Amino acid sequence: MMTLDQAEKGQRIEIVKIPDEKIRVQAIRLGIFEGSKLLCSEKLPGGPVILQNRMQEIAIGRNLARSIEVKPAERGEKI
Amino acid sequence: MSMNHNPVEGMHIPEGAKKIVLAGNPNVGKSVFFNYLTGMYVDVSNFPGTTVDISTGKLGEDVVMDTPGVYGVSSFNDEESVARDIILYADVIVNVVDAVHMERDLFLTQQIIDMGKPVVVALNMMDDVVRNGLEIDVKKLSEELGVEIIPTTATRGEGLLEVKEAISRAKPGNRIAEVKELIDSVIGQVDTESEALLLLEEDENIIERHNILESKQKREHIYKLRRTRVDGIVERCVSQKNSGATLRSKIGKLTLNPLTGIPILIGALYIMYLVIGVFVAQTVVGITEEVIMGGYYNDFIMNTLGTLLSQESFIGKVMVGEFGLFTMVPIYILGLLLPLVVGFYFILSVLEDSGYLPRIAALVDRVLMFFGLNGRAIIPIILGFGCVTVAVITTRLLGSKRERFIATMLLGLAIPCSAQLGVIMGIIAPLGLGYLMLYTGVIFLVFAVTGTVLNKILPGKSTDLLIDLPPLRIPRVGNVLKKTYNKSVMFLKEATPLFIIGALLITVMQYTGALESISDGIAPFTTGFLKLPAETSQAFIMGIVRRDFGAAGLNDLVSRGLMSSSQIIVALVAITLFVPCIASIMVIFKERSIKESIMIWLSSFVLAFLVAGVLAQIIV
Repeated sequence: MMTLDQAEKGQRIEIVKIPDEKIRVQAIRLGIFEGSKLLCSEKLPGGPVILQNRMQEIAIGRNLARSIEVKPAERGEKI
Repeated sequence: MSMNHNPVEGMHIPEGAKKIVLAGNPNVGKSVFFNYLTGMYVDVSNFPGTTVDISTGKLGEDVVMDTPGVYGVSSFNDEESVARDIILYADVIVNVVDAVHMERDLFLTQQIIDMGKPVVVALNMMDDVVRNGLEIDVKKLSEELGVEIIPTTATRGEGLLEVKEAISRAKPGNRIAEVKELIDSVIGQVDTESEALLLLEEDENIIERHNILESKQKREHIYKLRRTRVDGIVERCVSQKNSGATLRSKIGKLTLNPLTGIPILIGALYIMYLVIGVFVAQTVVGITEEVIMGGYYNDFIMNTLGTLLSQESFIGKVMVGEFGLFTMVPIYILGLLLPLVVGFYFILSVLEDSGYLPRIAALVDRVLMFFGLNGRAIIPIILGFGCVTVAVITTRLLGSKRERFIATMLLGLAIPCSAQLGVIMGIIAPLGLGYLMLYTGVIFLVFAVTGTVLNKILPGKSTDLLIDLPPLRIPRVGNVLKKTYNKSVMFLKEATPLFIIGALLITVMQYTGALESISDGIAPFTTGFLKLPAETSQAFIMGIVRRDFGAAGLNDLVSRGLMSSSQIIVALVAITLFVPCIASIMVIFKERSIKESIMIWLSSFVLAFLVAGVLAQIIV
């Protein structure tokens, strides 16, 4: 199993599971949900992971990123 | 059943008037629409915590209401609850959408459509669409959503008239079929379709208002349906023509990468220091306080009132004495505070409008984690350097009670406000860089240790960062100036009465000898432990009324040559860490529980003297 904090900068990932229900419903409004494919556009050392969907950028705290399960998404898909 | 649950009813809306409500995500430019539609100014802030006040205006016979920027109609925080109540009982919604961020913004649009409300969509920031190499099929978008879509560039006034005209044509849009079925299944339990939707979406308030016992457990399901639909619409209506990597999105990326982001942040803070700490606090205040107010104005008062009143009488002291209502009060408020406050709010407005604040939050998230805070806490902290009172109110945007307590404690203890900072800078500057670093180092150490300790000993866990990073924008001068003006006026309106009360109090205490007695009483402590001149205790007492009073008192002692450089630093450390001003204390008591407030008050009092005393033992 891979978690979001392990994603690398520039990697495309697909969200597999967001365990916290409250976070899940808030994230869905910002375009992050189980099954969505996003680009890890930046990773601050020990800090937040920045996910990008088209022009939209979201910062996710490192602790939260550790709880979110992801898998690599194939390249070539629209971000 | 009537709409007796409607909390908006208390807002005195004339009978027969339609409620036209502006809704949209944060930073989409709603305020420009509001100003245009109502022809009256509204104070706007782009950050949650500062937009809870609702602006209302008239458009012909109808009422226009602004709402805080939200990502959806629900109650995850105060702003959302406020926006929800207003949207819920609106007659027409003008939904302002950031055309570049439709995958985010249309979530709210579709939710409003699902509520069954008549909607007009203003597709704003069309200039950015071109700049980013995007192409939007507006006609198709309109067909998909089933409502009128008007492309606008509000900052240039493009499309505003068309939106105004379209309000009368607003109509309900295309709902998600399954959501409509669900609404029909519960409509009997509530008054309106909008309420039915929120009931399904597990909105606690609606459930409570209607005494409904079982939760429908449909929120996540509906959110997913909506997200899928929105993503599909965006997929069909938006295409990327060229790479679109504009200069601004490149700069946006640079602000996040620590290698470039930290120097940019330091650069930004340095510019802030140059503007407020050097230009305003020294150059401008030098003219306004010393020349204009302290010179011309003071001479004028002394030559008129001063000759009429005996300088030794009580009334003479109250009017034109050292802390007089016609001497110190206007000289300080207009000469010192006003320029500082204007400078600070100007910088803050630029930061807000540029969209840089959330990026700072992401950048400092890791550091603030040590203190049990997340990056969002940087906003109250930066605000604290302007006014601790305002900053305490914005701690509301933090996710848990625990975080709010930590942030409030740190604000009350270790963040000097702009008024105090101005005086402090004026005192330290002549001492040289070494003393400045010593002072900054001590304050920072206290901040860091207190935060870390609180994080360790307080039970529970803090919330994590989950924040939308808006694109960087060049702020509009007009908007920045309006905001600066409004916030400064508001600040002065609140500060002036307190300043007058403080001045009166001190004059009375001085005249009756109370000031001297207290000062004498704690003098052994001041001279013994803190190794400061006995008169310093007066400055401490004044510091409770207003923080800069204390600093100003010290300034007086310094100018009389009563303190050595080391003593000055000790006194400044004490005055900085010392309890916040009366206004902040009152706000802390309002925002936190009595127990927490007393703890914050007492511990900053004890810590201030403890740290200053220890420092005195080392350096004096």
